[in-house]
Order: sequence, then C-alpha cells, then structure tokens
Amino acid sequence: MDGTTLVLLVLLGLGVIMVLWFVVMYNRLIKQKNEVENGWAQIDVQLKRRHDLVPNLVETVKGYAAHERQTFEEVVNARSRATSAQGVGEQIEAEQQLSGALGRLMLVVEQYPDLKASQNFLALQEELTSTENKIGFARQFYNDTVMNYNTTRESFPSNIVSGMFSFKEGTLFELKDEQQREVPKISF
Amino acid sequence: MTNVWYRGDDRLLSLVTPAWTFLPYSSFVTRSSSFTMWEAIERNKRRSWLLITLMGLILVGLGAVIGIAIDPISGPLFGSVAAVILWVVLMIIALTQGGRVLLMTAGAKKVQREDCPRLFNVVEEMTIASGLGTPPAVYILENDSPNAFAVGQNPKTASVAVTSGLLARLNRDELQGVVAHEIAHIKNLDVRFLTIAGVMVGSVVILSNFFLRMIFYGGARRRSGKGGGHPAMLIVGIVAAILAPIAARMLYFACSRSREYLADASAARFTRYPPGLASALEKISGKATASTEVNQALVPLYIVNPLQAHSGVAGLFSTHPPAAERIKILRSMGGKAGYVDYESAYREVRGRVVEGALGAGVLTSEEGKSVDAREASEEPKTKENSVERVREVSDILDRIAEFVFIACACGVRIKLPPEYKKKDVSCTRCGRTHDVPHAEEMAEIAALGATIRTSSALQDGSSILDAAVGTTGAATASPASSSVPPLRYTRNGEGWESFKCSCDKTIQLSPEFAGSAIMCSKCQREIEIVQVKGSDSEELASRGGPESRVVD
Repeated sequence: MDGTTLVLLVLLGLGVIMVLWFVVMYNRLIKQKNEVENGWAQIDVQLKRRHDLVPNLVETVKGYAAHERQTFEEVVNARSRATSAQGVGEQIEAEQQLSGALGRLMLVVEQYPDLKASQNFLALQEELTSTENKIGFARQFYNDTVMNYNTTRESFPSNIVSGMFSFKEGTLFELKDEQQREVPKISF
Repeated sequence: MTNVWYRGDDRLLSLVTPAWTFLPYSSFVTRSSSFTMWEAIERNKRRSWLLITLMGLILVGLGAVIGIAIDPISGPLFGSVAAVILWVVLMIIALTQGGRVLLMTAGAKKVQREDCPRLFNVVEEMTIASGLGTPPAVYILENDSPNAFAVGQNPKTASVAVTSGLLARLNRDELQGVVAHEIAHIKNLDVRFLTIAGVMVGSVVILSNFFLRMIFYGGARRRSGKGGGHPAMLIVGIVAAILAPIAARMLYFACSRSREYLADASAARFTRYPPGLASALEKISGKATASTEVNQALVPLYIVNPLQAHSGVAGLFSTHPPAAERIKILRSMGGKAGYVDYESAYREVRGRVVEGALGAGVLTSEEGKSVDAREASEEPKTKENSVERVREVSDILDRIAEFVFIACACGVRIKLPPEYKKKDVSCTRCGRTHDVPHAEEMAEIAALGATIRTSSALQDGSSILDAAVGTTGAATASPASSSVPPLRYTRNGEGWESFKCSCDKTIQLSPEFAGSAIMCSKCQREIEIVQVKGSDSEELASRGGPESRVVD
C-alpha cells in the first residue's frame, strides 16, 4: 500500500465520520424542534379547555348574580377574542386579557356566598383552577424545551448544522410586562 | 411472591450488621460528568445494570456454595442453575403482572375522574409538567395512614396510588408535591429497576432460607445418610446463606435511597414549589403509623417508608433517607426550584459531604439551571375545609366500593352498601320511600352519562342553564345539556313543590327541605336547588343538608 492510498483512506474515513456527525447533529436538532412543537401543542390543548369552561362558568354565576352584566360581557368578549386570535403573539395577549377578566369575575363571586357553596360552582372552580395550573405547567415545559433547543441551535459545533438548514429560533412563552405577569389573585 | 424477602432474617441481621457498616453506600451514588438530565437517567440505568450484575453474582455464587455444601461434585453446577431458574421464574411473574399484583395485594382500587376530580387533575398537571406524555392510572388505598407510591415497569402503563389518609390531609400544593415525586419515580425508570432488583433480593432470600431450613431441620437425616458435603463447606455455605441476603438488601437499599433524592429534586422542579412537598412530608412522616399490613415488597416505592416512619437515621438498611433531612433540604432551597438549587441545599444541610445528591450530569444540563419557585396557591385553610375534605374522601371510598347514593328531598343523603338488596329504602328523617336503582340500570345510566360527556361540546355564550333557571315549574333540559354542570331548580315559595328531572322522574320538595342540591333518585343526576332569597333556610343551604348512612 503506497502513501497516496493511505492518505486517501484516511481522508475517506474522516469524510465518513464527518457525515455521521452531521446526521447525528441534524437528528438531535430535529428531535428537539419536535419537542418544542409538542410543548406548544400541550399549551394549546389547555387553552382550548379553558375556552370551553368559560361559558359554563359565566352561566353558573349568572344564575346567582344576573345584574353583574358588565363583568360577564367582559369575560365573554375576552374569550371570543382569545378563540379567534391568530399567531402566537396575539394569542398570548388575548389569553392574558381573558385571565384578567376571569380574575374580576371571581372577585364578583366573592360577594355571593350561596353561589360559592353550590356544588355546581365548586366543581367548575376545581376545573378552572386545574386548567390554570395546567396552562402554567404546559408553559413551563414548553419554555424548557425551547431553551434546550435554542442552546443546541446556537452552541458550537451544532450551530454549523442549524445554520446550514436554517433552523429558526424558538420563541419563549413569556408574559410581557410585570403587571400582566402577576397572576390575578383569585381567592375563593 | 416478592413479599418473602424481608421475612425471617431480622435476628441474623442484628448479629452481622456491625461487620458490614464499613460498606459505603455512597459508592453507588451518582458521580459522572455527562450533560443532560437524560444522560443522568441513562447513567442511572447503567449503574443499575452494574448493581443487578453484582446481585446476580451473589445469587449464582450462593447457589454454587450451597450446591458444594450439599454435594461437592455435581453440586456447584446444579446449585447455580437452580438459583438462576428460581430468579427467571420470579422475574417472569414480576414483569408480566408485577404492577397489578402489587396494587392488588395492597388493596388499591382504581378510581375514575368522576370519583375524585381533584386528584385526577393534580396527576394530569404533573404529567404535563414532567413531560411524561401519558397520565398514569390512579388508585386509592383505603388506609388512614397518609402515604403514596408508584408502580409500573413502563412509563406508559404506570400507576400512582395514594391512601385515603393522604387525600384527606393534604391541600392542593402538598398533593401536587407528592404526585410529582411519584411521577418522577416513573419518569426516571426507578420503578422498573426496583422491581428487577427486588426480585433478585427475593431470590437470594428464598434460596438462603431454603438452605438454612434444610440444615437445621434436615441435618440429622442427612448426617445419618450417605454423607453429603464436606463439613468445612457446610460452614462456608451457612455463612454465605446468612451474609448474601444482607449484602443483596444493602445494595438494593442504597439504590433506593439515592433515587429518593433525585425524585425529590424533580418534584421541586416540576411543581416549582418545594415547600409543597416539604410540608406534605412533614404531615406524612408525622402521621404515617408503622403499619404491619403494608406489603413489604412495596416499601421502597412509598414516598415515606411506612415501616419506619419515625426513625430519624439513614441506616444502611433504610429504603429512604430520613424524612427530616429531606424536608430540611427542600425548605433550604430559598425560593428557588432548580436541580442546582436542590444540590446546594443538599450540601448545606448535610454539611461536609463528599458527594452531592444528584451528580454533575443533571446539574450542568439546561434543565439543571436555577429557576424561581412560585407562590403558594391560595386555598382557604379553614377547619371547615378540612372537615369537608374528609367527608369528600369518605364519599370517594364509598363510591368506589359501589355504594348507591340517594338524596332525599328533605336534604338527607342516603348511602346504600352494595349488599343492600331491597327494592326501596325509607329516609331516616322524613320517612319518604325511595326506589333503589338496580345495578343494570345504574350501568346504563353511567354509559349514557359517558357518551353525553364526550359528545357535548360546550358552545359559547348561549346558555344551557337559562332554560332551567328561567322557567318556574319544571327544570327540564335536554340530556345533552346536562353534562358537566347539573340542572337547577329555583324554588317558588316555602310549601310543597314538585318538578320533573330530565329523566322524567318527578321529584318532590318538602317545605323543610333546606339543602342546596338534590340528587335525582332515578338517574343520579345532581339538581341544584336555589332556595327562596331571604328565607331562614339560606344559611342551612350553604352548609348542605345532614347525611345519614343506611345499613341494611
């Protein structure tokens, strides 16, 4: 075996290793990107759940506090805005408004002790609390996957692969300003 | 089968323990330089295989030594093969139905969402937070001692079980912490490992018990017979039979303990609220009574060891680190909830420790980063609330025990045990007679309810309940609308009133009825009763009617 073939073989070997490395990196990026998408889908499921709960909640409260019309309208409007929101940014905005409106509705509930004691309302309250929690946890999980993905995407050497196939940066689900960040205090 | 391995060797244990205390269990505790949480789990797996190999060697070695002691020539081969066969048989049993058997022997009952929405929701919340994917099945054990455990070889088919005592005592944040801990066990594949290792320990114990019994009870016969093994080998065999189970158990418990810390750290991270789990552990370790009814094989799976709830020391034979220490670590995380934060709290609490709790892999990963803890969720912690919770739990237990609930118009709630065979029952307060729904009828209704629940999409704004609220007399509503919230009937005055349920059953209200809800005796649907405003009964209504339990 002369020198040229040896060099060729070494180069070939290096080439194979490079290709393999490329494949591994690419697959890792794809896997993490899918995790991010799955994370967002989880949030979406929970947001829909909340949209489904709102009419029920409004109706139950209405039975006891029919004259609080303004609060109801606010909630119903916020809900319809949230259901028809286009794109992530708008969705986040609308959901925050819905959270605020629901918080005010819960303040109204405070003034009606027999409403608070009704089985119907207690069941709804549990569902609502849990849905809010699930949204929170889904967001937490989503943000974790986004951070993971972004780190892989930007760090060397995997950034070479992500640059070549133009992997886009993942967006964190963050609440915009401090005031909105504060979850409306709901005390039942 | 797996519950054999604790039995009978306690007296031996006290003899031998001092000689073994030099074995550092930290040699099985994590140390590595890998990168992600997943790699930490991977490494956990690798270490597990090492451990299982060690246990396997102990098992085969014990088999061989026993074999030599019985017959020096064909013994070694026969003994080790017998040991392996014993292990394989036990393993097949454990893997095919391990989870179910454990749950059954513990007396756990599966619950549906309708039975206990709060627990179900918390399990779903933690499934989302952990990214587990499929929520585990939920079981309840009727036991006043608060505790919880997880079983299942596969994260997709795992189950979480909690005791009724736990449900009755913990608030939402605490329950969340406990469920997160159990789900962390499932996610980290601890359950699978502990089952495999547990079966190994079981085999070793069975084998040595068998041998020792044979020596003590069958020794005379053999000595008078055609000889048997060399006396020196016999002694070696006895020593091995005494030491092997102890060594196997120590390996097992060391692993169990190190996994508890990781599960605690994961729970803190999933919930972002370490004080929740801490306060749950306080309640559990304070209240959990050492129960003799606990299935021994389940011990490492419980959140707090049910057999030594009050012991404060982490001995070599503990399945769990002491609860007091776990609580202290969780409490010292200082408003943070990441793995890094758990690790530094761990070091702080344990003082000069050689190794951390979690290992570098978890800590350097993206997921290991420090994160802020959240605020406590608001929940009134009144006495009334806790009384209600106890009542709610007893209802859940009765429902899964297939009690029939009948709400009388006078506000009394009648619970009938499944043994009750008569066609009707009279109310203990007002004497009214109620039909007892038959089992088949109940099943039909339940099936109907399920289809309604899935088919009814809740449309916006326009109301289901308006119809029921608006009309004065009959609270009629189409079946489709009666899904999640029940019907409502507003009272006209304070005299006798009657109205029809959506199932066409006529329901009568007496003038004395002061409850806020009534259950239709035919379809079991709950109908909310709105009392006339301003009447004295309002206060009563908010408290709900009295309750009576009818026993045949």
